[in-house]
Amino acid sequence: MSIQANKPAKAVNKATKAEATSSGRQKMRDAFSSPWASFAAIVIAVFWTIPTFGLFVSSFRPEADINATGWWTFFANPNVTLENYESALFQGTAVTPPLSQYFFNSFAITLPAAIFPLTLAVFAAYALAWFDFKGRDLIFFGIFALQVIPLQMSLVPLLQLFAKGLVIGDSVLISPLGITGTYIPIWIAHTIFALPLAIFLMHNFLRQIPRELIEAARVDGAGWFTLFRQVVFPLSIPAIASFAIFQFLWVWNDLLVGLTFGGGVKDIAPLTVRLAEMVGTRGSNWEVLTAGAFISMVVPLIVFFALQRYFVRGLLAGSVKG
Amino acid sequence: MHVIDLVTRKTTWDIIAPNLITLVIGLVAFAAIVILLFVLAERTSVKAQEWVKYLVFLVPALALLLIGLIYPAIRTLILSFMNDTSEKFIGLDNYIWAFTRPEILQVLTNTAIWVFVAPTASTFIGLVIAYLTDRMKTASVVKSLIFMPMAISMVGASIIWKFVYDYEPSPKKVDIGLLSAISKGLGIDPPNWLLENPLNTFLLIVVMIWIQTGFAMVVLSAAMKNIPDEVVEASMLDGASQLKRFVQITIPMIRASIVVVLTTITIGTLKVFDIVRTMTGGNFQTNVIANEMYSQTFRALNYGTGSALAIILFLGVVPIIWYNIRQLRLERTER
Repeated sequence: MSIQANKPAKAVNKATKAEATSSGRQKMRDAFSSPWASFAAIVIAVFWTIPTFGLFVSSFRPEADINATGWWTFFANPNVTLENYESALFQGTAVTPPLSQYFFNSFAITLPAAIFPLTLAVFAAYALAWFDFKGRDLIFFGIFALQVIPLQMSLVPLLQLFAKGLVIGDSVLISPLGITGTYIPIWIAHTIFALPLAIFLMHNFLRQIPRELIEAARVDGAGWFTLFRQVVFPLSIPAIASFAIFQFLWVWNDLLVGLTFGGGVKDIAPLTVRLAEMVGTRGSNWEVLTAGAFISMVVPLIVFFALQRYFVRGLLAGSVKG
Repeated sequence: MHVIDLVTRKTTWDIIAPNLITLVIGLVAFAAIVILLFVLAERTSVKAQEWVKYLVFLVPALALLLIGLIYPAIRTLILSFMNDTSEKFIGLDNYIWAFTRPEILQVLTNTAIWVFVAPTASTFIGLVIAYLTDRMKTASVVKSLIFMPMAISMVGASIIWKFVYDYEPSPKKVDIGLLSAISKGLGIDPPNWLLENPLNTFLLIVVMIWIQTGFAMVVLSAAMKNIPDEVVEASMLDGASQLKRFVQITIPMIRASIVVVLTTITIGTLKVFDIVRTMTGGNFQTNVIANEMYSQTFRALNYGTGSALAIILFLGVVPIIWYNIRQLRLERTER
């Protein structure tokens, strides 16, 4: 939605950029920049970072220190240990497995849950953007409108579908799949919930491929499948990458889907589910919680700082995610 | 299951190994199906491709949406008119329950407070930061720091803030929570932050604001960059003050983006679940609709009331998205 809203503005911006010298805007910005504004912005940024910083510092303090003094006293009495991370990651019992196991689960859930919907979305977007058929706009609008449905609304029936199959009256339309307790329901659920937005965004992107390019390939005798493989897919890689990061972070950070579609099975639960559980049962064991929180954050933070530009692009395009 | 685990002394690897196999099989099977479909479809005749193309490209996504989203949504609507075990119709009883039971009314009131405070506050702060950094040279560091909470999970964010709100009941012990320490430093006796209603609801909302401000800032900052230079220049030549420029030029120019940000955060706030569940579990009168929906469905195992709450949530989302679409349309016809 916002892509289209921004388009006219971007066009205007391009026109003005062409007229003005490239350094013109920069000069004007410098003339504007007020040290007070910058100072205020820096103060806000520091304020924004303090909570995370406090937890980060604490995660490296010995257990006794964490519970005896505030983290801000660390700098007067720096005592560093990696013990919290060690015990959180590798120590556990069969009842409370170590976080390394959940860390693996988060990966195992996130990779397919990002790859599956993206593939299906690019396919559907290609069809909706370039196939001519009756009812195309209706289907496209329908998919767009599906974003209105909150996850909560499909939770129970979808869970029952996985557990019991689809039975209407006496006729069995889909038999029970026997996949409860594996990653598969979580993958499928994430895939379904990601599809409306992914199709919408990919469609907007694929629409921008010049018609001549498509038609030239068609005239050369390329079938619809060859056209996709040789022209459309290579061109859509930047858009796919952008949305892939977005979806990766969304799934990695998700709690609700992992909690419900994981069915409470420890062996397949992602980090977020275990962490939320730990807050409930070990709410004041800060030596475990601080390290645990950062173990769950390290992957998103790496992705975020390394690929911030793409993340922002995906976010600007996907600001309607429901 | 745990008992078996204890007896056989499973190591972490014993649990990971079968899961790893599932993962590899899942990925390989998916890739194999896609590639096989392509290879087969590419070999079909030109005539056949005219219908095969729909089968390969469009049908899988549509089928998933039909089975996984449309059918469940309709079913939830039906379940919301049925009793807890979905065996008989009870009319509007679940909805009457939702709007008459005091604890559910509290849930709805709390959700209303969330929806009113979190989006406006995050959008306002995001707007201010976007304006402050618009002409700043080292803006990227500042922006990264404020944007960072957006990348982490709400569970992680909740742990971060739970630590800030930590309360030490014993007066002999030193506070390890930042907020308690600050308020003691100011000479105020700290309350038990997360137990005190209605303060606790607002403290939870702070977490949401902390997360969403970065989003508002990024979108609004991008919109501000799109304001043509001449407009800014002209207002400068007119001698307009900073504040006047902000209110009279910047805000009207990025109105569409502000609406998108506000509505997006509102929808996210309506569905807020992770924060409440992690920080208070919905106790101490902090419960919200998404968490209560979870409790009704998975704790009380009442599919009727759970579904009714899901439908109420849906009814809350619809007008916001409708407004969003209408605004965007207006915007487009104006241009």
